[in-house]
Amino acid sequence: MAVTILFLGPLRDLAGEAERQVSAPLDWAGLLDAVGPDVAGQLSGERVNVACAGKVLADKTALNAQDGEEVALLPPVSGG
Amino acid sequence: MRDIRLLTEPFYPGALIGPFTNANPGLGGVCTFVGEVRLDEGVEALELTHYEPLTLQGMQELADRAFARFKLMGLLMVHRVGQMHPGEPIVCVSAAARHRRDAIDTVDFCMDHLKSAAWFWKREKRADGWHWIEPRADDYADLARWGE
Repeated sequence: MAVTILFLGPLRDLAGEAERQVSAPLDWAGLLDAVGPDVAGQLSGERVNVACAGKVLADKTALNAQDGEEVALLPPVSGG
Repeated sequence: MRDIRLLTEPFYPGALIGPFTNANPGLGGVCTFVGEVRLDEGVEALELTHYEPLTLQGMQELADRAFARFKLMGLLMVHRVGQMHPGEPIVCVSAAARHRRDAIDTVDFCMDHLKSAAWFWKREKRADGWHWIEPRADDYADLARWGE
């Protein structure tokens, strides 16, 4: 009966943990509520993407995560 | 010949380039870029993290775009994750083509995307702890050159 929220990169430090379980289903308002004000502030910006069940959402506000799915919060990337 | 990998252990680029070149008989040119952890004062280690469901698949999609955009015979794209130290390779991209421009541009294209548009997060360890690294403005400008 849960959705796992994953905090990637610097969002992990901001959240104070790598992941958090919340009850399903989870929509955008529920996500903002579940992650705390600091992460929610970042999430509201354009630079943070959201993936649900392994797919990056074109519109993150349309999030609708079901039981057993993983929601990953993806801040700006840097590789190479 | 297409070889796209994520590695969790140190690698030796030279050991990959030879077999890659041999696997593309008839090529006219090979271009290779190797990125290493720079020796910066105060930096003790670098750590790259990724997100399993997206990162390798994203590299495969980047390779698809390179094959669609350039006249390529082969592409090798290898990226490290985990903790690394100065002098260790982070990334190796090698492209084989009939003509040099396709090989050179492919490597340039792939590296610009790996730097600031692939699913990796980078942080460095200094005496006072870990610091997250974001792409520089130059990295975004490099990416914008490809007009996608």
